[in-house]
Amino acid sequence: MSGKTISEKILSAKSGVDARAGRVVVCRVDCAMGTDGSAPMAIDYFEAMGGRRVRDAARIVFALDHYAPAPNRAIAALHQRLREFAAQFGIELWDVGQGIGHQLMVESGRALPGGLAVGADSHAVTYGALNAFSTGIGSSDLAAILICGRLWLRVPESIRVRLTGQLPRGVYAKDAALALAAALGADGAVYQALEFGGSGVGALDMDDRLVLSNFAVEMGAKNGIFPADERTRAYLAGRTRLDFAAVEADADARYAREIALNLDALSPQVALPHQVDRVVPLAQVAGTPVQMVYLGTCTGGRVKDFHEARDVLKAGGGVARGVQLVVTPASRAVMETLAQDGTLADFVAMGAVIVTPGCGSCCGTCGAIPGDGVNVVSTANRNFKGRMGNSSAFIYLASPASCAAAAVRGSIADPREIEA
Amino acid sequence: MIGRARVFGDDINTDYIVTSRRKRESLDPAVLRAYLFEEVDPLFAATVEAGDVIVAGRNFGCGSAMEVAVTAVLGAGIRAVVARSFSRTYYRNAVNNGLLPVECDTRRIREGDRLLIGDGEVRNETAGEILIAAPLPGIMREIVAAGGLVPYFRRHGDFSV
Repeated sequence: MSGKTISEKILSAKSGVDARAGRVVVCRVDCAMGTDGSAPMAIDYFEAMGGRRVRDAARIVFALDHYAPAPNRAIAALHQRLREFAAQFGIELWDVGQGIGHQLMVESGRALPGGLAVGADSHAVTYGALNAFSTGIGSSDLAAILICGRLWLRVPESIRVRLTGQLPRGVYAKDAALALAAALGADGAVYQALEFGGSGVGALDMDDRLVLSNFAVEMGAKNGIFPADERTRAYLAGRTRLDFAAVEADADARYAREIALNLDALSPQVALPHQVDRVVPLAQVAGTPVQMVYLGTCTGGRVKDFHEARDVLKAGGGVARGVQLVVTPASRAVMETLAQDGTLADFVAMGAVIVTPGCGSCCGTCGAIPGDGVNVVSTANRNFKGRMGNSSAFIYLASPASCAAAAVRGSIADPREIEA
Repeated sequence: MIGRARVFGDDINTDYIVTSRRKRESLDPAVLRAYLFEEVDPLFAATVEAGDVIVAGRNFGCGSAMEVAVTAVLGAGIRAVVARSFSRTYYRNAVNNGLLPVECDTRRIREGDRLLIGDGEVRNETAGEILIAAPLPGIMREIVAAGGLVPYFRRHGDFSV
Protein backbone atom coordinates (compact mmCIF):
# COMPACT_ATOMS: atom_id res chain seq x y z
CA MET A 1 0.00 0.00 0.00
CA SER A 2 1.27 3.47 -0.80
CA GLY A 3 1.41 6.23 1.77
CA LYS A 4 -1.30 8.76 2.44
CA THR A 5 -1.92 12.40 1.72
CA ILE A 6 -2.72 14.80 4.58
CA SER A 7 -6.43 14.56 3.71
CA GLU A 8 -6.39 10.74 3.69
CA LYS A 9 -4.65 10.68 7.07
CA ILE A 10 -7.06 13.08 8.75
CA LEU A 11 -10.14 11.36 7.33
CA SER A 12 -8.75 7.95 8.37
CA ALA A 13 -8.35 9.22 11.92
CA LYS A 14 -11.82 10.77 11.97
CA SER A 15 -13.65 7.81 10.39
CA GLY A 16 -11.75 4.96 12.03
CA VAL A 17 -11.28 3.22 8.68
CA ASP A 18 -8.55 3.20 6.05
CA ALA A 19 -9.75 6.30 4.18
CA ARG A 20 -8.26 6.18 0.70
CA ALA A 21 -9.17 8.51 -2.17
CA GLY A 22 -12.52 7.60 -3.70
CA ARG A 23 -13.93 5.84 -0.66
CA VAL A 24 -17.01 7.31 1.03
CA VAL A 25 -16.57 7.45 4.81
CA VAL A 26 -18.54 8.72 7.80
CA CYS A 27 -16.45 10.96 10.05
CA ARG A 28 -16.77 12.41 13.52
CA VAL A 29 -16.63 16.19 13.21
CA ASP A 30 -14.50 18.29 15.56
CA CYS A 31 -16.28 21.55 14.86
CA ALA A 32 -19.14 22.62 12.59
CA MET A 33 -20.10 26.23 11.90
CA GLY A 34 -23.42 27.48 10.53
CA THR A 35 -24.15 31.03 9.39
CA ASP A 36 -27.34 33.06 9.28
CA GLY A 37 -27.34 32.08 5.61
CA SER A 38 -27.39 28.34 6.33
CA ALA A 39 -28.26 27.60 9.96
CA PRO A 40 -31.97 28.60 9.75
CA MET A 41 -32.48 25.91 7.10
CA ALA A 42 -30.42 23.51 9.22
CA ILE A 43 -32.89 24.01 12.07
CA ASP A 44 -35.76 23.26 9.65
CA TYR A 45 -33.98 20.05 8.59
CA PHE A 46 -33.18 19.19 12.22
CA GLU A 47 -36.85 19.42 13.14
CA ALA A 48 -37.97 17.54 10.01
CA MET A 49 -35.48 14.76 10.82
CA GLY A 50 -37.09 14.40 14.23
CA GLY A 51 -34.16 15.99 16.09
CA ARG A 52 -34.87 16.58 19.78
CA ARG A 53 -31.43 17.09 21.22
CA VAL A 54 -28.01 18.19 20.01
CA ARG A 55 -25.40 15.47 20.23
CA ASP A 56 -22.43 17.63 21.21
CA ALA A 57 -23.23 21.34 21.42
CA ALA A 58 -19.62 22.23 22.28
CA ARG A 59 -18.64 21.27 18.72
CA ILE A 60 -21.19 23.57 17.07
CA VAL A 61 -21.11 27.33 16.54
CA PHE A 62 -23.39 29.79 14.73
CA ALA A 63 -22.23 33.06 13.16
CA LEU A 64 -24.59 35.90 12.24
CA ASP A 65 -22.47 37.30 9.43
CA HIS A 66 -24.24 37.23 6.05
CA TYR A 67 -26.98 39.69 7.01
CA ALA A 68 -25.26 41.87 9.57
CA PRO A 69 -26.98 43.97 10.77
CA ALA A 70 -30.38 42.56 9.80
CA PRO A 71 -31.60 44.50 6.73
CA ASN A 72 -35.28 43.62 7.10
CA ARG A 73 -37.90 42.12 9.35
CA ALA A 74 -37.67 38.60 7.89
CA ILE A 75 -33.94 38.41 8.56
CA ALA A 76 -34.36 39.88 12.04
CA ALA A 77 -36.77 37.01 12.72
CA LEU A 78 -34.22 34.45 11.44
CA HIS A 79 -31.60 35.96 13.73
CA GLN A 80 -33.99 35.70 16.67
CA ARG A 81 -34.67 32.07 15.83
CA LEU A 82 -30.95 31.26 15.75
CA ARG A 83 -30.34 33.01 19.06
CA GLU A 84 -33.20 31.08 20.67
CA PHE A 85 -32.10 27.72 19.26
CA ALA A 86 -28.50 28.36 20.34
CA ALA A 87 -29.59 29.31 23.86
CA GLN A 88 -31.90 26.30 24.13
CA PHE A 89 -29.19 23.79 23.23
CA GLY A 90 -26.11 25.56 24.64
CA ILE A 91 -24.55 26.36 21.27
CA GLU A 92 -22.06 29.23 21.04
CA LEU A 93 -23.33 32.07 18.83
CA TRP A 94 -21.24 34.83 17.31
CA ASP A 95 -23.70 37.68 17.07
CA VAL A 96 -24.04 40.53 14.58
CA GLY A 97 -20.89 42.64 14.50
CA GLN A 98 -18.47 39.97 15.72
CA GLY A 99 -17.44 39.21 12.18
CA ILE A 100 -17.30 36.58 9.46
CA GLY A 101 -17.73 33.04 10.78
CA HIS A 102 -14.68 31.77 8.89
CA GLN A 103 -12.44 34.44 10.36
CA LEU A 104 -13.81 33.72 13.85
CA MET A 105 -13.27 29.95 13.42
CA VAL A 106 -9.61 30.72 12.87
CA GLU A 107 -9.22 33.52 15.42
CA SER A 108 -10.94 31.55 18.18
CA GLY A 109 -8.76 28.47 17.75
CA ARG A 110 -11.74 26.29 16.81
CA ALA A 111 -9.97 25.01 13.69
CA LEU A 112 -6.86 23.05 14.66
CA PRO A 113 -4.11 21.07 12.91
CA GLY A 114 -5.19 17.51 12.16
CA GLY A 115 -8.82 18.34 12.94
CA LEU A 116 -11.99 18.07 10.89
CA ALA A 117 -13.63 21.50 10.94
CA VAL A 118 -16.51 22.16 8.56
CA GLY A 119 -18.85 25.03 7.84
CA ALA A 120 -22.23 25.30 6.16
CA ASP A 121 -20.76 27.79 3.72
CA SER A 122 -18.44 27.18 0.79
CA HIS A 123 -15.57 29.27 2.17
CA ALA A 124 -15.12 26.91 5.12
CA VAL A 125 -12.10 25.74 3.12
CA THR A 126 -10.29 28.70 4.70
CA TYR A 127 -9.18 26.76 7.82
CA GLY A 128 -7.02 24.45 5.71
CA ALA A 129 -4.33 27.07 6.28
CA LEU A 130 -4.08 25.70 9.83
CA ASN A 131 -3.59 22.08 8.68
CA ALA A 132 -7.25 21.25 9.41
CA PHE A 133 -9.33 19.25 6.94
CA SER A 134 -11.96 21.91 6.36
CA THR A 135 -14.69 22.03 3.77
CA GLY A 136 -18.08 23.48 2.96
CA ILE A 137 -21.21 21.49 3.72
CA GLY A 138 -24.94 22.05 3.33
CA SER A 139 -27.64 22.91 5.85
CA SER A 140 -28.93 19.32 5.85
CA ASP A 141 -25.40 18.10 6.65
CA LEU A 142 -25.27 20.54 9.55
CA ALA A 143 -28.63 19.20 10.79
CA ALA A 144 -27.25 15.65 10.68
CA ILE A 145 -24.19 16.79 12.65
CA LEU A 146 -26.47 18.41 15.24
CA ILE A 147 -28.21 15.05 15.66
CA CYS A 148 -25.36 12.53 15.44
CA GLY A 149 -22.09 14.49 15.33
CA ARG A 150 -21.08 12.86 12.05
CA LEU A 151 -20.78 13.64 8.35
CA TRP A 152 -20.40 11.55 5.20
CA LEU A 153 -17.47 12.51 3.01
CA ARG A 154 -15.98 11.14 -0.16
CA VAL A 155 -12.23 10.98 0.43
CA PRO A 156 -10.71 13.30 -2.17
CA GLU A 157 -7.77 12.66 -4.45
CA SER A 158 -5.18 15.38 -3.83
CA ILE A 159 -3.45 17.76 -6.17
CA ARG A 160 -0.05 18.70 -4.80
CA VAL A 161 0.61 22.42 -5.21
CA ARG A 162 4.35 22.89 -4.94
CA LEU A 163 5.21 26.45 -3.92
CA THR A 164 8.71 27.80 -4.44
CA GLY A 165 10.36 31.18 -3.95
CA GLN A 166 8.77 34.13 -2.20
CA LEU A 167 6.38 36.90 -3.13
CA PRO A 168 8.16 39.90 -4.70
CA ARG A 169 7.51 43.44 -3.46
CA GLY A 170 4.05 44.67 -4.49
CA VAL A 171 2.82 41.13 -5.13
CA TYR A 172 0.64 39.40 -2.56
CA ALA A 173 -0.98 36.10 -1.63
CA LYS A 174 -4.12 37.16 -3.51
CA ASP A 175 -2.07 37.43 -6.71
CA ALA A 176 -0.80 33.90 -6.09
CA ALA A 177 -4.36 32.68 -5.51
CA LEU A 178 -5.58 34.32 -8.73
CA ALA A 179 -2.64 32.86 -10.65
CA LEU A 180 -3.50 29.42 -9.30
CA ALA A 181 -7.16 29.87 -10.31
CA ALA A 182 -5.99 30.80 -13.80
CA ALA A 183 -3.74 27.74 -13.98
CA LEU A 184 -6.31 25.26 -12.68
CA GLY A 185 -9.57 26.82 -13.91
CA ALA A 186 -12.83 27.18 -11.97
CA ASP A 187 -13.43 23.41 -12.15
CA GLY A 188 -9.80 22.28 -12.22
CA ALA A 189 -9.94 20.67 -8.79
CA VAL A 190 -13.57 19.52 -8.53
CA TYR A 191 -13.96 16.77 -5.87
CA GLN A 192 -10.22 17.03 -5.18
CA ALA A 193 -8.07 18.40 -2.39
CA LEU A 194 -5.35 20.98 -2.90
CA GLU A 195 -2.39 20.09 -0.72
CA PHE A 196 0.13 22.90 -0.52
CA GLY A 197 3.78 22.06 -0.02
CA GLY A 198 7.27 22.96 -1.09
CA SER A 199 9.91 25.37 0.06
CA GLY A 200 7.67 28.38 -0.62
CA VAL A 201 5.31 27.52 2.24
CA GLY A 202 7.72 28.73 4.91
CA ALA A 203 7.87 32.18 3.31
CA LEU A 204 4.09 32.64 3.59
CA ASP A 205 2.71 33.90 6.89
CA MET A 206 -0.63 32.67 8.27
CA ASP A 207 -2.62 35.50 6.64
CA ASP A 208 -1.12 34.57 3.25
CA ARG A 209 -1.98 30.90 3.74
CA LEU A 210 -5.55 31.79 4.70
CA VAL A 211 -5.95 33.61 1.37
CA LEU A 212 -4.74 30.59 -0.62
CA SER A 213 -6.87 28.11 1.34
CA ASN A 214 -9.90 30.40 1.09
CA PHE A 215 -9.53 30.49 -2.69
CA ALA A 216 -9.33 26.69 -3.06
CA VAL A 217 -13.10 26.44 -3.53
CA GLU A 218 -12.92 28.83 -6.49
CA MET A 219 -11.12 26.03 -8.32
CA GLY A 220 -13.77 23.56 -7.20
CA ALA A 221 -11.52 22.03 -4.54
CA LYS A 222 -12.86 20.24 -1.50
CA ASN A 223 -10.16 21.74 0.67
CA GLY A 224 -6.89 23.64 0.46
CA ILE A 225 -4.67 22.22 3.13
CA PHE A 226 -1.25 23.35 4.34
CA PRO A 227 1.29 21.49 6.43
CA ALA A 228 1.79 22.88 9.96
CA ASP A 229 5.02 24.56 10.99
CA GLU A 230 6.36 27.04 13.54
CA ARG A 231 4.18 29.80 12.11
CA THR A 232 1.11 27.60 12.65
CA ARG A 233 2.05 26.95 16.27
CA ALA A 234 2.85 30.63 16.85
CA TYR A 235 -0.53 31.63 15.40
CA LEU A 236 -2.38 29.20 17.67
CA ALA A 237 -0.47 30.12 20.83
CA GLY A 238 -3.01 31.66 23.20
CA ARG A 239 -5.95 30.76 20.96
CA THR A 240 -6.52 27.20 22.17
CA ARG A 241 -5.85 25.05 25.18
CA LEU A 242 -6.56 21.84 23.32
CA ASP A 243 -3.80 19.51 22.28
CA PHE A 244 -3.29 19.04 18.60
CA ALA A 245 -0.98 16.99 16.44
CA ALA A 246 0.06 18.32 13.05
CA VAL A 247 -0.44 15.90 10.16
CA GLU A 248 1.99 15.63 7.29
CA ALA A 249 1.81 13.61 4.11
CA ASP A 250 3.76 10.40 3.68
CA ALA A 251 6.71 10.63 1.34
CA ASP A 252 5.13 7.99 -0.92
CA ALA A 253 1.60 9.47 -0.86
CA ARG A 254 -0.26 9.32 -4.16
CA TYR A 255 -1.34 12.53 -5.89
CA ALA A 256 -3.69 12.99 -8.84
CA ARG A 257 -1.17 15.46 -10.20
CA GLU A 258 1.31 18.12 -9.20
CA ILE A 259 1.23 21.78 -10.10
CA ALA A 260 4.15 24.14 -9.48
CA LEU A 261 3.76 27.78 -8.54
CA ASN A 262 6.89 29.91 -8.44
CA LEU A 263 6.10 32.88 -6.22
CA ASP A 264 9.22 34.76 -7.41
CA ALA A 265 7.82 34.99 -10.93
CA LEU A 266 4.41 36.46 -10.05
CA SER A 267 3.10 39.91 -10.88
CA PRO A 268 -0.17 41.62 -9.84
CA GLN A 269 -3.20 39.73 -11.23
CA VAL A 270 -6.84 40.65 -11.82
CA ALA A 271 -9.90 38.44 -12.33
CA LEU A 272 -12.24 40.02 -14.88
CA PRO A 273 -16.06 40.01 -14.64
CA HIS A 274 -17.88 37.61 -14.27
CA GLN A 275 -15.66 34.56 -13.75
CA VAL A 276 -13.09 33.93 -11.03
CA ASP A 277 -10.75 32.14 -13.45
CA ARG A 278 -10.84 34.89 -16.13
CA VAL A 279 -7.51 36.07 -14.77
CA VAL A 280 -5.07 38.36 -16.57
CA PRO A 281 -1.92 40.21 -15.50
CA LEU A 282 -3.07 43.56 -14.09
CA ALA A 283 -1.01 45.41 -16.72
CA GLN A 284 -3.39 44.16 -19.43
CA VAL A 285 -6.37 46.02 -17.97
CA ALA A 286 -4.61 49.01 -16.39
CA GLY A 287 -6.59 52.21 -16.98
CA THR A 288 -10.04 50.56 -16.75
CA PRO A 289 -12.23 53.15 -14.95
CA VAL A 290 -13.36 52.20 -11.42
CA GLN A 291 -16.20 53.72 -9.37
CA MET A 292 -16.22 51.46 -6.29
CA VAL A 293 -13.46 49.75 -4.32
CA TYR A 294 -14.30 47.09 -1.76
CA LEU A 295 -11.86 46.10 1.00
CA GLY A 296 -13.05 43.21 3.16
CA THR A 297 -14.33 39.58 3.11
CA CYS A 298 -12.95 36.25 4.31
CA THR A 299 -10.30 36.55 1.59
CA GLY A 300 -9.04 40.09 2.06
CA GLY A 301 -10.43 41.55 5.29
CA ARG A 302 -7.64 40.90 7.79
CA VAL A 303 -5.33 43.41 9.48
CA LYS A 304 -2.47 42.86 7.06
CA ASP A 305 -4.77 43.47 4.08
CA PHE A 306 -5.91 46.83 5.43
CA HIS A 307 -2.35 47.85 6.23
CA GLU A 308 -1.27 47.07 2.67
CA ALA A 309 -4.21 49.01 1.25
CA ARG A 310 -3.71 51.95 3.62
CA ASP A 311 -0.03 52.23 2.69
CA VAL A 312 -0.82 52.47 -1.02
CA LEU A 313 -3.67 54.93 -0.41
CA LYS A 314 -1.46 57.19 1.71
CA ALA A 315 1.44 57.02 -0.72
CA GLY A 316 -0.96 57.89 -3.54
CA GLY A 317 -2.60 60.84 -1.78
CA GLY A 318 -5.97 59.27 -0.93
CA VAL A 319 -9.11 58.29 -2.81
CA ALA A 320 -9.74 59.70 -6.28
CA ARG A 321 -12.85 61.81 -6.85
CA GLY A 322 -15.74 59.66 -8.04
CA VAL A 323 -14.62 56.50 -6.24
CA GLN A 324 -16.55 55.04 -3.31
CA LEU A 325 -14.22 53.19 -0.94
CA VAL A 326 -15.96 50.62 1.26
CA VAL A 327 -14.12 49.09 4.23
CA THR A 328 -15.48 46.01 6.02
CA PRO A 329 -13.16 44.38 8.60
CA ALA A 330 -13.48 40.59 8.73
CA SER A 331 -14.02 40.65 12.49
CA ARG A 332 -14.39 42.90 15.49
CA ALA A 333 -10.87 41.93 16.57
CA VAL A 334 -9.56 43.09 13.20
CA MET A 335 -11.50 46.36 13.58
CA GLU A 336 -10.17 46.87 17.11
CA THR A 337 -6.60 46.46 15.92
CA LEU A 338 -7.21 48.90 13.07
CA ALA A 339 -8.76 51.36 15.54
CA GLN A 340 -5.82 51.07 17.93
CA ASP A 341 -3.08 51.45 15.34
CA GLY A 342 -4.70 54.40 13.56
CA THR A 343 -5.54 52.62 10.29
CA LEU A 344 -9.27 53.03 10.81
CA ALA A 345 -8.85 56.77 11.37
CA ASP A 346 -6.85 56.97 8.14
CA PHE A 347 -9.69 55.30 6.22
CA VAL A 348 -12.29 57.57 7.81
CA ALA A 349 -10.19 60.64 6.96
CA MET A 350 -10.01 59.44 3.36
CA GLY A 351 -13.80 59.34 3.18
CA ALA A 352 -14.22 55.57 3.30
CA VAL A 353 -17.59 54.02 4.14
CA ILE A 354 -17.02 51.79 7.17
CA VAL A 355 -19.36 48.79 7.36
CA THR A 356 -20.10 46.43 10.28
CA PRO A 357 -17.68 43.46 10.42
CA GLY A 358 -19.24 40.57 8.51
CA CYS A 359 -19.76 39.45 4.93
CA GLY A 360 -20.88 42.97 4.00
CA SER A 361 -21.18 43.72 0.29
CA CYS A 362 -19.51 40.51 -0.85
CA CYS A 363 -22.70 38.60 -1.64
CA GLY A 364 -25.12 41.48 -1.99
CA THR A 365 -27.05 40.58 1.13
CA CYS A 366 -26.18 43.72 3.08
CA GLY A 367 -23.71 46.60 3.00
CA ALA A 368 -23.14 48.87 0.01
CA ILE A 369 -24.64 47.70 -3.32
CA PRO A 370 -22.95 48.96 -6.53
CA GLY A 371 -25.05 50.87 -9.07
CA ASP A 372 -25.81 49.90 -12.69
CA GLY A 373 -22.77 49.90 -14.93
CA VAL A 374 -20.41 50.43 -12.00
CA ASN A 375 -16.97 48.83 -12.13
CA VAL A 376 -15.97 47.45 -8.73
CA VAL A 377 -12.48 46.33 -7.74
CA SER A 378 -12.70 44.03 -4.74
CA THR A 379 -10.54 41.99 -2.39
CA ALA A 380 -13.27 39.29 -2.40
CA ASN A 381 -13.17 35.81 -3.90
CA ARG A 382 -16.16 35.90 -6.27
CA ASN A 383 -17.16 38.17 -9.14
CA PHE A 384 -20.23 36.39 -10.51
CA LYS A 385 -22.82 38.51 -12.26
CA GLY A 386 -25.14 39.86 -9.56
CA ARG A 387 -22.84 38.74 -6.78
CA MET A 388 -22.81 42.10 -4.98
CA GLY A 389 -26.54 42.57 -5.38
CA ASN A 390 -26.65 44.15 -8.86
CA SER A 391 -26.41 42.08 -12.03
CA SER A 392 -25.63 45.26 -13.99
CA ALA A 393 -22.38 45.88 -12.08
CA PHE A 394 -18.93 44.56 -13.06
CA ILE A 395 -16.65 43.06 -10.43
CA TYR A 396 -12.87 42.77 -10.75
CA LEU A 397 -10.91 40.81 -8.12
CA ALA A 398 -7.45 41.88 -7.00
CA SER A 399 -5.09 42.14 -4.03
CA PRO A 400 -5.74 44.75 -1.32
CA ALA A 401 -2.81 46.82 -2.66
CA SER A 402 -4.15 46.67 -6.22
CA CYS A 403 -7.61 47.62 -4.96
CA ALA A 404 -6.09 50.60 -3.15
CA ALA A 405 -4.17 51.60 -6.29
CA ALA A 406 -7.48 51.59 -8.19
CA ALA A 407 -8.99 53.83 -5.50
CA VAL A 408 -6.05 56.26 -5.79
CA ARG A 409 -6.17 56.52 -9.57
CA GLY A 410 -9.88 55.99 -10.22
CA SER A 411 -8.85 53.25 -12.60
CA ILE A 412 -7.11 49.88 -12.44
CA ALA A 413 -3.44 50.56 -11.66
CA ASP A 414 -0.30 48.72 -10.60
CA PRO A 415 0.31 49.29 -6.87
CA ARG A 416 4.08 49.06 -7.45
CA GLU A 417 3.91 52.35 -9.36
CA ILE A 418 2.36 54.07 -6.36
CA GLU A 419 4.37 52.47 -3.55
CA ALA A 420 7.66 53.48 -5.18
CA MET B 1 -37.54 8.72 -14.83
CA ILE B 2 -38.47 10.48 -18.09
CA GLY B 3 -38.25 14.20 -18.69
CA ARG B 4 -37.69 17.06 -21.09
CA ALA B 5 -34.17 18.50 -21.25
CA ARG B 6 -33.68 22.13 -20.20
CA VAL B 7 -30.16 22.94 -21.31
CA PHE B 8 -27.62 25.29 -19.68
CA GLY B 9 -23.90 25.89 -20.24
CA ASP B 10 -20.75 25.59 -18.12
CA ASP B 11 -20.08 27.11 -14.68
CA ILE B 12 -23.71 27.77 -13.71
CA ASN B 13 -23.15 28.99 -10.14
CA THR B 14 -25.69 28.81 -7.32
CA ASP B 15 -26.33 32.57 -7.54
CA TYR B 16 -27.46 32.00 -11.14
CA ILE B 17 -29.77 29.21 -9.95
CA VAL B 18 -31.26 31.44 -7.22
CA THR B 19 -29.68 34.75 -6.25
CA SER B 20 -28.67 35.37 -2.64
CA ARG B 21 -30.85 38.45 -2.52
CA ARG B 22 -34.03 36.39 -3.23
CA LYS B 23 -33.02 34.23 -0.30
CA ARG B 24 -33.25 37.32 1.85
CA GLU B 25 -37.00 37.43 1.18
CA SER B 26 -37.88 33.77 1.60
CA LEU B 27 -36.46 30.25 1.98
CA ASP B 28 -39.70 28.61 0.75
CA PRO B 29 -39.08 26.51 -2.41
CA ALA B 30 -42.63 27.29 -3.58
CA VAL B 31 -41.71 31.00 -3.59
CA LEU B 32 -38.12 30.68 -4.82
CA ARG B 33 -39.08 28.55 -7.84
CA ALA B 34 -40.45 31.74 -9.42
CA TYR B 35 -36.88 33.13 -9.53
CA LEU B 36 -35.10 30.03 -10.84
CA PHE B 37 -32.28 30.92 -13.24
CA GLU B 38 -33.55 34.51 -13.53
CA GLU B 39 -30.01 35.85 -14.11
CA VAL B 40 -29.25 33.53 -17.04
CA ASP B 41 -32.66 32.55 -18.50
CA PRO B 42 -35.42 34.99 -17.49
CA LEU B 43 -38.09 32.86 -19.22
CA PHE B 44 -37.19 29.63 -17.44
CA ALA B 45 -39.42 29.96 -14.38
CA ALA B 46 -42.50 30.62 -16.50
CA THR B 47 -41.88 27.65 -18.78
CA VAL B 48 -40.61 24.98 -16.37
CA GLU B 49 -42.83 21.91 -16.00
CA ALA B 50 -42.80 19.22 -13.36
CA GLY B 51 -40.58 16.39 -14.54
CA ASP B 52 -38.24 18.59 -16.60
CA VAL B 53 -34.58 17.59 -16.36
CA ILE B 54 -31.85 20.22 -16.00
CA VAL B 55 -28.92 19.54 -18.33
CA ALA B 56 -25.68 21.44 -17.89
CA GLY B 57 -22.02 21.49 -18.84
CA ARG B 58 -19.08 21.55 -16.47
CA ASN B 59 -19.05 22.64 -12.83
CA PHE B 60 -22.82 22.94 -12.32
CA GLY B 61 -23.69 24.60 -9.00
CA CYS B 62 -20.31 26.17 -8.32
CA GLY B 63 -19.97 29.04 -5.87
CA SER B 64 -21.99 29.24 -2.68
CA ALA B 65 -23.00 26.04 -0.86
CA MET B 66 -26.51 27.41 -0.26
CA GLU B 67 -28.99 24.58 -0.21
CA VAL B 68 -31.90 26.62 -1.63
CA ALA B 69 -30.18 26.19 -5.00
CA VAL B 70 -31.28 22.55 -4.69
CA THR B 71 -34.60 22.92 -2.87
CA ALA B 72 -35.82 25.63 -5.29
CA VAL B 73 -35.10 23.24 -8.19
CA LEU B 74 -37.06 20.50 -6.41
CA GLY B 75 -39.79 23.07 -5.72
CA ALA B 76 -40.27 23.39 -9.48
CA GLY B 77 -40.91 19.66 -9.77
CA ILE B 78 -37.49 18.81 -11.17
CA ARG B 79 -36.16 15.46 -9.94
CA ALA B 80 -32.81 15.13 -11.73
CA VAL B 81 -29.89 17.24 -12.93
CA VAL B 82 -27.58 15.85 -15.61
CA ALA B 83 -24.19 17.57 -16.00
CA ARG B 84 -20.67 16.92 -17.27
CA SER B 85 -19.46 17.75 -13.77
CA PHE B 86 -20.87 19.25 -10.58
CA SER B 87 -19.41 21.44 -7.91
CA ARG B 88 -19.03 19.17 -4.91
CA THR B 89 -21.27 21.19 -2.60
CA TYR B 90 -24.12 21.16 -5.12
CA TYR B 91 -23.62 17.44 -5.63
CA ARG B 92 -23.82 16.68 -1.91
CA ASN B 93 -26.78 19.01 -1.36
CA ALA B 94 -28.55 17.27 -4.25
CA VAL B 95 -27.90 13.84 -2.72
CA ASN B 96 -29.00 15.02 0.72
CA ASN B 97 -32.32 16.28 -0.68
CA GLY B 98 -33.08 13.39 -3.01
CA LEU B 99 -32.42 15.35 -6.20
CA LEU B 100 -30.64 12.86 -8.48
CA PRO B 101 -27.28 14.19 -9.74
CA VAL B 102 -26.21 12.36 -12.90
CA GLU B 103 -22.73 12.85 -14.32
CA CYS B 104 -22.27 12.13 -18.03
CA ASP B 105 -21.22 13.73 -21.31
CA THR B 106 -24.04 16.20 -21.98
CA ARG B 107 -22.53 17.93 -25.01
CA ARG B 108 -24.94 16.45 -27.56
CA ILE B 109 -28.15 16.91 -25.56
CA ARG B 110 -30.37 19.64 -27.04
CA GLU B 111 -33.12 21.77 -25.48
CA GLY B 112 -36.36 19.81 -25.36
CA ASP B 113 -34.80 16.35 -25.93
CA ARG B 114 -36.68 13.55 -24.21
CA LEU B 115 -34.39 11.88 -21.66
CA LEU B 116 -34.90 8.55 -19.93
CA ILE B 117 -32.72 8.40 -16.83
CA GLY B 118 -31.81 4.87 -15.83
CA ASP B 119 -29.26 3.19 -13.61
CA GLY B 120 -25.80 4.08 -14.91
CA GLU B 121 -27.10 5.56 -18.16
CA VAL B 122 -29.10 8.36 -19.74
CA ARG B 123 -31.09 7.50 -22.89
CA ASN B 124 -31.65 10.43 -25.20
CA GLU B 125 -34.81 9.16 -26.90
CA THR B 126 -34.98 12.15 -29.26
CA ALA B 127 -31.44 11.64 -30.54
CA GLY B 128 -31.49 7.85 -30.18
CA GLU B 129 -28.34 7.88 -28.07
CA ILE B 130 -27.28 6.19 -24.85
CA LEU B 131 -24.92 8.12 -22.54
CA ILE B 132 -22.98 6.25 -19.86
CA ALA B 133 -23.31 7.80 -16.41
CA ALA B 134 -21.16 7.34 -13.32
CA PRO B 135 -23.16 5.44 -10.66
CA LEU B 136 -23.62 6.92 -7.18
CA PRO B 137 -21.33 5.28 -4.64
CA GLY B 138 -22.32 3.60 -1.37
CA ILE B 139 -24.15 5.69 1.14
CA MET B 140 -25.02 8.40 -1.41
CA ARG B 141 -27.19 5.89 -3.28
CA GLU B 142 -28.96 4.94 -0.03
CA ILE B 143 -29.64 8.59 0.84
CA VAL B 144 -31.05 9.38 -2.62
CA ALA B 145 -33.10 6.17 -2.56
CA ALA B 146 -34.56 7.21 0.80
CA GLY B 147 -35.55 10.57 -0.70
CA GLY B 148 -32.84 12.57 1.07
CA LEU B 149 -31.32 12.94 4.52
CA VAL B 150 -34.64 13.84 6.19
CA PRO B 151 -36.42 10.55 5.43
CA TYR B 152 -33.09 8.73 5.89
CA PHE B 153 -32.65 10.13 9.40
CA ARG B 154 -36.30 9.64 10.29
CA ARG B 155 -35.75 5.96 9.55
CA HIS B 156 -32.24 5.39 10.94
CA GLY B 157 -31.65 8.28 13.38
CA ASP B 158 -27.95 8.19 12.42
CA PHE B 159 -25.73 7.09 9.54
CA SER B 160 -26.21 3.33 9.33
CA VAL B 161 -22.59 2.39 8.63
